[in-house]
Amino acid sequence: MAATRFLGLAGTRLLRLLTSQGALLLLLSLALFGSFRYQTFLTPLNLMNIMRQNSMLAIVALGMTVVILSGGIDLSVGAFVALGGVIAAMLAPAGSLVAIIGGIASTALLGMVNGLLVSRALLQPFVVTLFTASAARGLALSLTEEKSIAVSSAASGLVWLGRGFIGPVPVPVLIVALLYFAAWFMLHRSLLGLHIFAVGDNEEASRLMGVNPDRVKLVAYTISGLLSGLAGVVLAGRLGAGQPVAAFGWETDAIAATVMGGTFLGGGQGSVLPTLIGVLLLGMIYNLLNLEGTITPWWQLVLRGGFLLLVVIFQQRVVKTAG
Amino acid sequence: MKSKKRGSGWRTLWHPNFGAPAALLILYIANAVFTPRFATVSNTLNMLLQVSTTMLIAVGMTFVIASRGIDLTVGSTMALVSIIVALLINHGMVIAIWAALSAALLIGLINGFLISRLKLDPLITTLAALIMWRGVAQVVGDGRIVPFAHPTLEALGKGYVGLIPIQVVIAAVVVASAFFCVRSTLFGRYLVAVGGNEAAARLTGIRTERVKYSVYLISALLAGLAGLVETARLAIGDPSKIGVNAEFEAIAAVVVGGTPFSGGRANVLGTVVGALIMQVISTSFNMLLIPFTWSLVLKSLIILFAVFVQRPQEV
Repeated sequence: MAATRFLGLAGTRLLRLLTSQGALLLLLSLALFGSFRYQTFLTPLNLMNIMRQNSMLAIVALGMTVVILSGGIDLSVGAFVALGGVIAAMLAPAGSLVAIIGGIASTALLGMVNGLLVSRALLQPFVVTLFTASAARGLALSLTEEKSIAVSSAASGLVWLGRGFIGPVPVPVLIVALLYFAAWFMLHRSLLGLHIFAVGDNEEASRLMGVNPDRVKLVAYTISGLLSGLAGVVLAGRLGAGQPVAAFGWETDAIAATVMGGTFLGGGQGSVLPTLIGVLLLGMIYNLLNLEGTITPWWQLVLRGGFLLLVVIFQQRVVKTAG
Repeated sequence: MKSKKRGSGWRTLWHPNFGAPAALLILYIANAVFTPRFATVSNTLNMLLQVSTTMLIAVGMTFVIASRGIDLTVGSTMALVSIIVALLINHGMVIAIWAALSAALLIGLINGFLISRLKLDPLITTLAALIMWRGVAQVVGDGRIVPFAHPTLEALGKGYVGLIPIQVVIAAVVVASAFFCVRSTLFGRYLVAVGGNEAAARLTGIRTERVKYSVYLISALLAGLAGLVETARLAIGDPSKIGVNAEFEAIAAVVVGGTPFSGGRANVLGTVVGALIMQVISTSFNMLLIPFTWSLVLKSLIILFAVFVQRPQEV
């Protein structure tokens, strides 16, 4: 009797450890597996490559985490990345600064529209963002006539943002590090962060405590829009072109990374640093698949969807056990 | 008593979205005036032909949304059906169609299991499943386009009954039976009850899990049928192109037609009107030589507007 109870207790504790640090454990074991299988896997070059390739997704996932923490969801991020990149590429002849600011500002504005529709018009987040996503994607395709727009040589700063280095560190990786640090500080050490958690946990209660949920949601969606635009700008710099079909399905990856990081889909619980681990985990999986080489791109889609599904099922189980 | 029920039934059918049929009428008349060769019999029939697959999916989506869910997998279901039919058609039409529709039902069954049994969020679940099944369809077909020649099957997509295309007949039959199902069967009552308030529905003795299973199965089956028709029309199995954005079109039709996302109401005829509005917009853009991508923007704005107008007032 006591033994079963002990086992049950140990099980609960293991489950708790897995939810809090599961992504990290998985990441480490995957890295270990990779290093045994491929000698080139655990080299600084490959690791830096993984980080560089996934820095855009990391930026997007950061915004997604903020929105999910506030109790919402943002399906428009992928389309916003494409639109931000396209606008930056189109503005590139006017100089890097104009291009970068233009790309970020346009999607920040659209993020604000998302926020207004969700908070003031009381529409469901997924409905709003599903259709602002198609509007933004349509706009990106229309502006470019479905072609990819090369970044003009006048915008060396834009290209530097995507491809440059400061010392040994690639600029996108540096941006990610700065953003995650800033976001951690904002969420855990500022009033706004407290309000975001409060609204995500229980909107009604937060309202009674004097928080303005409308404003908090507006800020969350604006942040997500802004970060998607930034990711688009960095992506345009990296590719040397603004592509209207870029970042297709990134919302799925961003949600998967967020959920894997232990942030609850219902909102109110989670953090940003585990999201980064989630992004790296996804990146490492894709990297290993590439190294494996025998797996066609079609399987990647299957794994992508299946993985998100598994993560969500796992989280649901944990919530049930805990509650 | 009975007549009173019927009266309120008819009123709830049109009342909350009198706007949608009016918008359709205005759009059609405006196009008849401004777009050359728009208001002809052949163009109208052509529009009906093009809208019929969307109509099939949208009817299924109406059931799902009325139960307070969402099904984003429909496009991928079409793709999977398409490639299975194309690969198996040489073994006989019955086997091919049976296998394809079984695959569609399997997708619906898994959706239903995840959403009604495991209580996962319908949006996230079907978003993940959307990507996964599209991948499966491409794995099955190895990413290739598979052409085939089979006159009987192709008739499903290209044939005519008198003046009317077979596709349109299929869509009309499905719409009629869905309308009947919502209005006059117990299942229709259950559906609305579950969408309106699931806990209350369970307390009154409705097996809510079973209702939710059924809506995802219906949605998957209709998506499978749409995939079948589309494949027959094109005479190819194309796992990467068929059904892309189908979920968007279907959700658009449902929402513009006045079935609210908050569930508890299923407006099948509204969905038909919604699908027609979207098709009229597409066709007129096409005939006025405006790029298709702009119509995507305009449609999204129209849908957002429709959702905004129908937002819940009581808060």
